[in-house]
Amino acid sequence: MQLAIFIIFAVLGITGAILVISMRSPIASAIALIFVLCNIAGMFALMGALFIAALQVIVYAGAIMVLFLFIIMLLNIKEEIISPSEKKFSRVLGTVLGFAFLFEIGYFVNRAILEGSSGMQESIPSDFASIALVSESLFTKYLFAFEITSVLLLVAIVGAIMLSKGEGRAEN
Amino acid sequence: MGVTLSHFLILSGVIFTIGIIGVLTRRNAIVILMSIELMLNAANLAMVAFSIYTPSVDGQVFVFFIITVAAAEAAVGLALIVVLYRNRKSINVDDFNLMKW
Repeated sequence: MQLAIFIIFAVLGITGAILVISMRSPIASAIALIFVLCNIAGMFALMGALFIAALQVIVYAGAIMVLFLFIIMLLNIKEEIISPSEKKFSRVLGTVLGFAFLFEIGYFVNRAILEGSSGMQESIPSDFASIALVSESLFTKYLFAFEITSVLLLVAIVGAIMLSKGEGRAEN
Repeated sequence: MGVTLSHFLILSGVIFTIGIIGVLTRRNAIVILMSIELMLNAANLAMVAFSIYTPSVDGQVFVFFIITVAAAEAAVGLALIVVLYRNRKSINVDDFNLMKW
């Protein structure tokens, strides 16, 4: 049952991810990315990490992707123009490098499995009360990092405002 | 047969690879940012999987911080794209070569 749900989410997620990088129009890419993010949220829920799943839907699929769609709408972009020879070259090179990376990951995951993943659970533990444990850890062990996060967000807000405020070139 | 850790790691690797291919092949700056989001999500997936299977809750706390950093990164990155578009009337990354050569 769990495996069936996993396979459904995995196939939909990978299909969506391929659509993100292959669609011509940025709006279609953004919609496909929202689909992928929802599928990954489903994965988190399948693993029992309900807090992260909710956060994924609210922050990623809700806030960040709305920002993306808003910017795409604001800029009114045409489809990207690349000369065919350059397009083919970069596509071949990118795909080769990407698959080289996938091979590396597969090799090391495979080796870790062969050596025996010591201490790892065989299946998803069902009695892992994640929300209470996550919040307890967040407000005790990682309290300082949690507070520093607000400074990071403040810096990002100020940076975004400063960048978009100046008219014309930054020099004059 | 249940879902094991390696299932999630392989899925995470595949999504990360798709993100890399997107960054290397696309020329639209916004689509490149979206591919970076894909890679961040693949890393999140691997981290939550390790957190669940270890089992230790630290990975989920890290994912919380990664989502925060991703939000900040998207805000600043999109502001940069807006400024670039205002100056160059384009967001094709081939048009920006001031610091390339």
